Amino acid sequence: MIGTFLNPVLAVLRKDLQSELRTRYAMSALIMFIVSTISIIVFAIGGGTSRSDVLAGMLWVVIFFSSMSGLSRTFVSEEERGTAMTLQLLVPPSVVLFGKLLFNVLLVIGMNILAVALYSFLMTGFTVTSPGLFSLTLILGSGGLAASSTIIAAIIAKANTKGPLFPVLALPILLPLLVVVINMTRLSMEGGDISESVGEFQFLIAYIIVIITASNLLFEYIWRD
Amino acid sequence: MEMIQEPLLDIRLSGTGLSKVFNRRSIFRDITFQLSAGQTLLITGSNGAGKSTLLKVIAGILTPSSGTVSIMDADIPQTVYRAIGFVSPYLNLYDEFSPRENLFFAMSARSRQVAPDAVDRILDRVGLGRFKDVPSRVFSSGMKQRLKYAFSLIHEPPILLLDEPTSNLDEEGKGFVRDLMARQVAKGILIVATNEQTDVSRYDHSINLDREG
Repeated sequence: MIGTFLNPVLAVLRKDLQSELRTRYAMSALIMFIVSTISIIVFAIGGGTSRSDVLAGMLWVVIFFSSMSGLSRTFVSEEERGTAMTLQLLVPPSVVLFGKLLFNVLLVIGMNILAVALYSFLMTGFTVTSPGLFSLTLILGSGGLAASSTIIAAIIAKANTKGPLFPVLALPILLPLLVVVINMTRLSMEGGDISESVGEFQFLIAYIIVIITASNLLFEYIWRD
Repeated sequence: MEMIQEPLLDIRLSGTGLSKVFNRRSIFRDITFQLSAGQTLLITGSNGAGKSTLLKVIAGILTPSSGTVSIMDADIPQTVYRAIGFVSPYLNLYDEFSPRENLFFAMSARSRQVAPDAVDRILDRVGLGRFKDVPSRVFSSGMKQRLKYAFSLIHEPPILLLDEPTSNLDEEGKGFVRDLMARQVAKGILIVATNEQTDVSRYDHSINLDREG
């Protein structure tokens, strides 16, 4: 039973990965955005601040806007190239949603690893003293970011003004997530312990579950008409 | 249509009271039909009459504003993805992939095993055998139309929907389509939507959307 759902989901994921490797549709936009925003921050303030709340906030500003530049591509490219109908003929809507969601999760995790590596290297004040807490924050933050971005991308792919609409719709949905992950990143810089952030972790897990459940309920209506 | 003898499949397709409204504009309304294996339906109408929209509703791509489409008396079941093959001007395949890659993706998405030689056979049949590993972005519109046929036939669907079936095809391609239609009628259900002059008497049922829509 799981296999009959999982196999098509993995087929959609494989197709998207293969397509991305050939076209660099989302990857180029993400990498360019990460490199340029971090460069601007470095030129603007360099090692001029060691305040953990500022550094944590700026890291997630880079991650948020990079996501906005690349994560919508997974659905927008299907609409722009007219291949959405191909998927509609092949698999049920939920398969498309979870295939695209897995693709976005992998993309966000890859993007976040690159962003954090570059940020740590260039921003001398950015030092993580609780790597366990920071890694969990990054993983759950990536999951939440990918889950929200996937359903918003599906909505805006059907609209005429795709680009500007994505951050406008995403910000109110992602704001609670961003507030929590910024706070947890700050804690991980200040030597906080995982046990101090149990409530935040519960919030992030609940956030991901709610977004994925709502997406699964809504997606069929978005995808079919 | 030329007669070809093949065992008929156990398949039924029906549409009851189908209508579609876009932005308060009625595209068609109260369309009803019932088809079983060996039967054909012709959908005609002028540009904008809703032929392609009706085919998309039948294929389960669009939700009807009212009415139902049933396959084997069940409302658009999960099997629709295996039961229907659809060739349409609106269908685009992944042009960064070769024909083989497109067909393997189609089969793996449907969770169906396919032997490489089966893929090669269907590509030979549509006349793309020599181009099976070439990215389809370099294909002409006629070659892309042939690839759409391969994509729509690889899973041997019992129901075949053809929207403007001969568009972009040369004489040889049109011959292939005529042969394909005859084969489909011999075993399953065929629905054709076209603007071209067609002999209505060659089809078991017909819907003229200019009159009925």
